[in-house]
Amino acid sequence: MSANGHGGMKLTLDIWRQKNASDPGRFVRYQVAANEHMSFLEMLDVLNQDLITKGEEPLAFDSDCREGICGMCGFVINGSPHGPTHGATVCQLHMRFFKDGDSLTLEPWRAKAFPILKDLVVNRAALDRIIQAGGYISTRTGSAPEANSILVPKESSDIAMEAAACIGCGACVAACPNASAHLFTSAKITHLGVLPQGQPERYTRVLDMMNQTTAEGFGHCTLMGECEAVCPGHVSLEVIPRMNADFFKGSLKKRDPKAVAGGA
Amino acid sequence: MALDSRIPGGPLENKWSERKDHMKMVNPSNKRKYTVIVVGTGLAGGAAAASLGELGYNVLNFCYQDSPRRAHSIAAQGGINGAKNYQNDGDSVYRLFYDTIKGGDFRAREANVYRLAEVSVNIIDQCAAQGVPFGREYGGTLANRSFGGAQVSRTFYARGQTGQQLLLGAYQALERQVATGQVKMYSRHEMLDLVLIDGRARGIVVRNLETGKIQSFIGDAVMLCTGGYANAFYLSTNAKNCNTSAIWRAHRRGALFANPCYTQIHPTCIPKSGDYQSKLTLMSESLRNDGRIWVPKKKGEQRPVDQIPEEDRDYYLERIYPSYGNLAPRDVSSRQAKYRCDEGLGVGPGGLGVYLDFSEAIKRLGQNVIAERYGNLFEMYERITGENPYQVPMRIYPAAHYTMGGLWVDYDLMSNVPGLFVGGEANFSDHGANRLGASALMQGLADGYFVLPLTVGDYLASGGIKKADTSHAAFKDAEREINTRLDKLLGAKGKRTVDSYWRELGTILWDECGMARSKESLQRALTKIPVLREEYWKNLKVPGSGNDFNQELEKANRVADFFELGELLCADALDRNESCGGHFRTEYQTPDGEAKRNDAEYAYVAAWGWKGENQKPELHKEPLVYEKIQLATRSYK
Repeated sequence: MSANGHGGMKLTLDIWRQKNASDPGRFVRYQVAANEHMSFLEMLDVLNQDLITKGEEPLAFDSDCREGICGMCGFVINGSPHGPTHGATVCQLHMRFFKDGDSLTLEPWRAKAFPILKDLVVNRAALDRIIQAGGYISTRTGSAPEANSILVPKESSDIAMEAAACIGCGACVAACPNASAHLFTSAKITHLGVLPQGQPERYTRVLDMMNQTTAEGFGHCTLMGECEAVCPGHVSLEVIPRMNADFFKGSLKKRDPKAVAGGA
Repeated sequence: MALDSRIPGGPLENKWSERKDHMKMVNPSNKRKYTVIVVGTGLAGGAAAASLGELGYNVLNFCYQDSPRRAHSIAAQGGINGAKNYQNDGDSVYRLFYDTIKGGDFRAREANVYRLAEVSVNIIDQCAAQGVPFGREYGGTLANRSFGGAQVSRTFYARGQTGQQLLLGAYQALERQVATGQVKMYSRHEMLDLVLIDGRARGIVVRNLETGKIQSFIGDAVMLCTGGYANAFYLSTNAKNCNTSAIWRAHRRGALFANPCYTQIHPTCIPKSGDYQSKLTLMSESLRNDGRIWVPKKKGEQRPVDQIPEEDRDYYLERIYPSYGNLAPRDVSSRQAKYRCDEGLGVGPGGLGVYLDFSEAIKRLGQNVIAERYGNLFEMYERITGENPYQVPMRIYPAAHYTMGGLWVDYDLMSNVPGLFVGGEANFSDHGANRLGASALMQGLADGYFVLPLTVGDYLASGGIKKADTSHAAFKDAEREINTRLDKLLGAKGKRTVDSYWRELGTILWDECGMARSKESLQRALTKIPVLREEYWKNLKVPGSGNDFNQELEKANRVADFFELGELLCADALDRNESCGGHFRTEYQTPDGEAKRNDAEYAYVAAWGWKGENQKPELHKEPLVYEKIQLATRSYK
């Protein structure tokens, strides 16, 4: 019998439950019924309604826009961040991608830099601190020149847009065996670094942001590419060598400003 | 109470300069002596917090999300208007102003809208300088597209992610200020009350959503940029946690709530699929540039969609509004979709849908061009519905999307409570009874970058703000009230979940006060809502405790406010005996089903004052005086 009358698909979920940061946490098994039109998060909503009605504590998970753009949602399903259909957030994952009888394991992002707050909810403030370190173009409100006085070649603009599509969800970190945040950091460095507006701070930005990324406890990058495979913003691995190139130049420039003066 | 909108004198074109030229200023070295509290980190809040920080004020910035980058401005897809006239198609500040006033069905304040159009050009400059990756032409200049309700191309865009990119621009500027220490950021903190001292807004009480701790913050001014209240309908295009609590608590502390009945139902959303549905997804209005909207001419059409020949299709927007066609404004397009479905011509499950068809555009331009323009939207549609819109037409249906109403503000965006400023969707000022596409982003950034940072300075420089701290009785009282309220929500220990009540409230509002309203339907709603609200407080079941990360408690608190707001929404709709923009009263329509305004009696802003629980709100009127334009019947034919 369907536990909640929502449909014929029955699933077994092993979900990570952890009361707070100091609780060791454990997996708890749940049976849920779903139908193919539901989104994955709607299936969890249904589970939570059942749990509350039964007097049990509902599952904590983050979500907000449920349109795949805000980056608030995200957890690991059967080892895969945002679930098995790559290229979108878990809020965009629909139950038609599963079949009756499936068993799924749900876990939070696991990384030293993302402490678990409760159940599937983690603290991603480290990503904000990386942006604080230099992920911006310093331009005060009111000091901007006429917009069309800055010409941006369409190709650069397209590269910038593709890198800027990062939604800051942290799936790249969760997917990486090293828990590296290189895709996230490099995406911002690429977005700003290929634009004419981003040139004045280009090399200080890359050094400051990479130093912060290391300081936050993220791992190093060994170009495994797991991050690219799960990125809902379709950010390409290409941003990492771009960042590396700028990092080398920036490091040299710091030692001897004349060494790269005029260099590409 | 006489409402003073403080609109500067002089000709419309000079009002903003006039205001700026005569503002009181805070000396640069004195700015650090002032603290401004900003609630919300969307386009308005994020831009204001960053700009105030750059000026040298101390800023305390709050958001309920885990990062300021996630505010719901991020979900805006299509674009942002700017009167640059880069296309040489005759655009001007006046034209953008006029289109916005007309789009709002002549229910917005003229001077505010003119200022909005005026600063729209600065916004584009500012965002381009920040590195927002706007669409570009091959020569490197900025590209434009056209949008509903306009006959020029003035919309700037970053693929289908314009809101995201503009918000990231503001967020990056904000984080730069956080790094300097000028802005202190409080993520996962939700404002639960506004605190007044000597009649001035001086602080807020917040709940730390991670720990449950209730905490007070004091400042010299408070700014609410907390978005709209479309989630009162339960199903809307808003993010799940968007709520009215900040502005509603301020309303209960004395801030007037203006035009709550002006709600926007967006025409192009993916239809609902079941009763578990948690939200509705918007498909950008920009799709209407290339998609054609139609329904079958025959009721009960059984043929597969690709076998319905041209002559059996009704492209009803093109038929009724030949000059605007599929780009008719949102309220008009939504209403026409509702009429077709009411006539039994709707498509898809339950007959609640119309087609948005790209086959002709794909034939004309090729699939690649369509994919470049709308690829991400097509993918999203397919993920949600399982249908490929390159092959079969999209099915769309209107959904609650945006709320033009909000807290009443004067020309300086200050509410009737001194020191309480309101920006973006949270205020009522710029969109009248209907907002045009690509104007929400414009308003958020206009308020945040270019208006609030100046007008707040004028307020601070005007003096009279006394020294105080959070040990003041007003803070302690507010904290006590909040604790009592949270205990009551937790203590009901009833049988029904928050969601079940929220859905029921939303259904009442959608059925009785949605795309069409009547005296009878509104009276029904006003009978049902208080009964349900009373039951809510008695029979609610909220698990867990208040001293913990408790998402159900957060929701329960927000829904309690939606109940009170929903009642005011219906009361305002009942009081406004005319149709205008998104407020459509079935008793007041032209023979062809268009909104029929009553300018003689209703050309005013309805600003409601809170009089206590179960008390009738008090109506204050701000007459809308038009100096520059003539009120006209809106026509898109």
